[in-house]
Amino acid sequence: MATIEFLLNGTPKQCDVSPDTSILTLLRDHLGMTGTKEGCASGDCGACTVAIRDSAEAMSGFESVNACITPAHQLKGRHLVTVEGLAQGEQLHPAQQAMIECHASQCGFCTPGIVMSLFTLHSTQQQQPFSLTPERLEAVLGGNLCRCTGYRPIRDAALRMAQQPWQAPAWFDAAPPVSAADKTVPSGDSAPLFAQPSTLAELTKARRRYPDARLVAGATDLWLETTQRLKALEQLIDVSRVNELCQIEEATFQHQPGWWVGAGVTYRQLEPLFEQHFPTFAHLLHRLGSQQIRNRGTLGGNIANASPIGDTPPVLMVLNAWVEVANDDGVRLLPLNTFFIDYKQTALASDEVISKVFIPALAANTSLRVWKLSKRREDDISAVLGAFCYRVEDGIMRDVRIAFGGMAATPKRALNTEASLEGQPLSKSCFQAAQQALDEEFEPMSDVRGSQHYRQQAARNLLERLYLTLSAPNQEVMLHAYAH
Amino acid sequence: MRTLTKLDGDSHRARRELADHIQGSGPLARHTVDSQSQRQAGSASFHESAQKHVTGKAAYIDDLKTPADALHVALGLSPVAHGRLTSLDLDAVRQAPGVVDVIAFGDVPGHTDIGPVFPGDPIFVDREISYAGQCLFAVAATSLQAARRAVKLAKLDIDEQPASLDAVTAVEREEFVRPTHVQERGDWQSALEQAPQLIEGDLFVGGQEHFYLEGQACIVVPTEDEGVVVHTSNQHPSETQKLVAEVLGIPFHAVTVEVRRMGGGFGGKETQASPWACMAALIARRTGQATRLRLPRSEDMRATGKRHPFHNRYRLAVDNEGVIQGGDITVIGDCGYSPDLSDAIVDRAMFHADNAYSLGNARVTGHRARTHTASNTAFRGFGGPQGMMIIEAAMDDIARRVGEDPLTIRKRNFYREGHDVTHYGQQVDQIKLLHTLVETLESSSEYWTRRRAITAFNEASPIIKKGLALTPVKFGISFTAQHLNQAGALLHVYTDGSIMINHGGTEMGQGLHTKICQVVARELGLDLDSVRISATRTDKVPNTSPTAASSGADLNGMAARDAASKLRERLFDFAAVHFEDGLDREGMRLEDGMLIAGHGESERRIPWGELVQTAYLNRISLSEKGFYATPLIYYNRASGQGRPFYYYAFGAAVSEVSVDTLSGEYQVDRVDILHDVGDSLNPAIDMGQVEGGFIQGMGWLTSEELKWNDKGMLISDGPATYKIPTFGDLPPVFNVSLLEGHPNSMASLYRSKAVGEPPFMLGISVWSALRDALSSLTGYQSSPHLDTPATPEHVMLAANAVRQKAL
Repeated sequence: MATIEFLLNGTPKQCDVSPDTSILTLLRDHLGMTGTKEGCASGDCGACTVAIRDSAEAMSGFESVNACITPAHQLKGRHLVTVEGLAQGEQLHPAQQAMIECHASQCGFCTPGIVMSLFTLHSTQQQQPFSLTPERLEAVLGGNLCRCTGYRPIRDAALRMAQQPWQAPAWFDAAPPVSAADKTVPSGDSAPLFAQPSTLAELTKARRRYPDARLVAGATDLWLETTQRLKALEQLIDVSRVNELCQIEEATFQHQPGWWVGAGVTYRQLEPLFEQHFPTFAHLLHRLGSQQIRNRGTLGGNIANASPIGDTPPVLMVLNAWVEVANDDGVRLLPLNTFFIDYKQTALASDEVISKVFIPALAANTSLRVWKLSKRREDDISAVLGAFCYRVEDGIMRDVRIAFGGMAATPKRALNTEASLEGQPLSKSCFQAAQQALDEEFEPMSDVRGSQHYRQQAARNLLERLYLTLSAPNQEVMLHAYAH
Repeated sequence: MRTLTKLDGDSHRARRELADHIQGSGPLARHTVDSQSQRQAGSASFHESAQKHVTGKAAYIDDLKTPADALHVALGLSPVAHGRLTSLDLDAVRQAPGVVDVIAFGDVPGHTDIGPVFPGDPIFVDREISYAGQCLFAVAATSLQAARRAVKLAKLDIDEQPASLDAVTAVEREEFVRPTHVQERGDWQSALEQAPQLIEGDLFVGGQEHFYLEGQACIVVPTEDEGVVVHTSNQHPSETQKLVAEVLGIPFHAVTVEVRRMGGGFGGKETQASPWACMAALIARRTGQATRLRLPRSEDMRATGKRHPFHNRYRLAVDNEGVIQGGDITVIGDCGYSPDLSDAIVDRAMFHADNAYSLGNARVTGHRARTHTASNTAFRGFGGPQGMMIIEAAMDDIARRVGEDPLTIRKRNFYREGHDVTHYGQQVDQIKLLHTLVETLESSSEYWTRRRAITAFNEASPIIKKGLALTPVKFGISFTAQHLNQAGALLHVYTDGSIMINHGGTEMGQGLHTKICQVVARELGLDLDSVRISATRTDKVPNTSPTAASSGADLNGMAARDAASKLRERLFDFAAVHFEDGLDREGMRLEDGMLIAGHGESERRIPWGELVQTAYLNRISLSEKGFYATPLIYYNRASGQGRPFYYYAFGAAVSEVSVDTLSGEYQVDRVDILHDVGDSLNPAIDMGQVEGGFIQGMGWLTSEELKWNDKGMLISDGPATYKIPTFGDLPPVFNVSLLEGHPNSMASLYRSKAVGEPPFMLGISVWSALRDALSSLTGYQSSPHLDTPATPEHVMLAANAVRQKAL
């Protein structure tokens, strides 16, 4: 047990909970606040959505998160708002009022989560008014499943909400308690621990000191080990407040311009950079998880997790990204292409952490295409993800780099496929040869997301799509809700 | 003086009038009491719990408080699909921290079979394991975490045997959970032999996980005698009462079941909410402690049954205009390991194998295959959607064969004059309504203009193809098990004039309680705020039917209306004689919170509160029960003929899709719906049912894919792997209207129609539109095979197959 101090609906709170307690458990079991619901305990349905604000600073807005997979200890020094906190006496929040007026609740079980997602949208709108686009709405609500309404009245409620008058309650801008970094030293090496280092040096020290501890950033995957597989997560080292891990810096590395992105930078924080410099990658980011997940999940976590179906690694691989890993002795750099060794195995030593990732800018005339195939467009995991980086010079393919997710035990470069296109003219026969190489290069498996046959055919067809985009640029060959 | 004796005479007259209404010769039921206020039946009142929903105050089972010593239950589920449990060693489980009680098959004092209609569902496995996820034992501990961790310590010895997972093979081996049923009308064999065109096809129609957001959950509290009180998320409290009593070996009156609301049901809590209540009740009685049981999502998905997957085949005799002359349709329902409700579900698939089309001389055969999966169960539509799919597939196939637009073929085959009797012998009423509805939608959706635009688009676009389809729905309303078509209600008026109404239906989000309150408010001329429903309880209204078959408002609304109108008449009788100078009994009415007698100069008004107070002081009962049984319906199983449905509900949808034929990705660009609810009880709630039903039906046929591994383990066991529609799947253009000016031809509640299930099948238009888009790859010469769900994988493989054929 360790004490956490935070603001709950404007009121300071102190709670003693074990390291592997989620916000949802804290609310429902410890505090008896049952407005926040458990729908899946895996961060996929949004019924448990709550809002969190880092500080009262002007630019820090309320962000939606899934309470079921967010560690309660990460609330330290933050402001947590739940569905119970929104109404001021009889006066409902505009999100609540609009939901009623639009008949947007039926069974009502997903409703608190939807209200909280709408609340974060509303609070952002209050800070910086912007016009709602369908994409924006989808981003805000895509992570909240509703089985009853079919979403139309919820869409209406989101639009109506902005027209309701609203006076921010006094607590809205309350400053959360300042929480000093946790310096508590646990009594023994295996005692419960939720360490929250604030510098890289502290982090690498902790990593060496507690070799059995697990690293946690957004917890969007790690937490399933406790909610789904009932594992005890007794020792955790939180990387999300390490200053060096939260930076994005423009830099030149090995004569290439680009950006060092801290491993703890969330998908949400990456969006502006990608939207400006890698629009196709940004589009993928919008389809990665839900808003609740993008508010929490980090680039470093996606890499370290080493899942064959993680969305960013194939793209970073074709961009020739580098990773910097650190331990208490110092740092080393390695190309991401050498990082993934086997299923869920990486080049990371047991005392190392990923500190940052270098993403080179796209060279002139170079194109990046990122195509993710999944059962559902939003909030789904790839069956196959293809990333293609290349330039075409006088009708010849140059610097071709191709990588796939979902086609092998790791995210994997398609080296033979690349070779069959490199230096070749843009022709149907060359792409047919590339398809042949691809067939020979990958032997995907069948699982719940797709059959082996489908994965093979789909990867082939993505090559055909690439050929068509290059050879018939005026012909629409994809649906832009899915791909660009 | 008018007495209660006289009242009996009145109610006798009322019964006679009701009979006239049913025959269609009396005044329309909707004219007996008109809706006056904005919030009575017929108006778009908000959901009775809306404010509680949005503030988090609406309590679901797991939100209910229990005493500090309440126990938490976790279940041990079978890891294999088929085998013999040769040893179950639970010693380590018993000794785990926090564990208070552990029970298995041998610990059940009463019945061990909890099959709802037919036997076949053991509460715990005795020896024979029939599916992966079947319950072996239950552990009660001081916390849920402790109980779940203890479960893992069980030592199981299982002699694993090969699992039968294919329904078609099961039929070949004659492995059925119930006997095959056949409906035949006319000489279908000759029709097939003499067919100008013989068209045949087959289709796999996938199942569907309910994915109610609130999982299965209950809390059982022991009472001071031998009984229990059960709080449960449940569509069928009376059945749970019966099963809990039987399992405990106690009389039914010792068990009270209460349901305030469900966080979604969709059929998944009709029979399959009971096992958990039985298990928790056993523990509550053994320990004397309140017992909480809720299934974590993945266990919920593995342990409970789903919509039945179906394997359907058709052979149709068609003339050169594409009009069906007769045929033979076979549907195979994959029932899982036990009967559950499968008999009625496969029946309903058979009853809907015609959808809105006259099959002519036809035979429809329905098999109930037994496989080693969870026992498949009720799900919105109850087999109807799966049956409809085969005839809708056939419509598209016929259209390609005869070279006509699928809509033209559909319209030619509609039930029509001279062709208005189904293959099970029921005459289809309101066929004109069906034609009007489809023609209206055809024009409002600009079907033909868009058809031309799409054809032109597809000619110029090699990869992206658009598709368009209009599909109708004709859905039979009534339980096909006749005895279930009854309902009761209990109405109390308190001395402040406030009203409590209870009825046998349960609230799962569909707005049933809202509608019932509206009915009572309308009957008694009161504001909606005067009427409240507490919860559905077996000690208030007994022996109820499940809230299912779209019947909730039809049946319970009639019962509530019966109670309210009986009470009203009693108050009228009382008022007529009690008040000074007497009031004119004829023309007495309740409006705007007043009893009004007489007209013009002689009009007298007595406020509702005063009326009630006076009646109480004069010892007039202010409580009344109501009852309703649907008239006219019957079905002769031996002959396969009858009139199983009181009436049909209709609807139609037009969907337009864009398909990327290289990747299989697609999007629904526009949907237009026109749906028949008779005279709506609450247009906002009905609209919610239509829209929500459509999206759920679309999900069933598109992204929702159930997958088992070759050992019979469900591997799509959570929302990460099982994808229901999300916000972005809402079509950008979604024009939904309720058909107006067409009251129910039968004397239903204010001439309304049931709305829970019928709109689900409007989703078929999306599947048909996808097939239309794929058909463009063949120059509309054929309709590519497209099993469901039509995931991007299946769409891409279908498109690839067409292209390879062309090479």
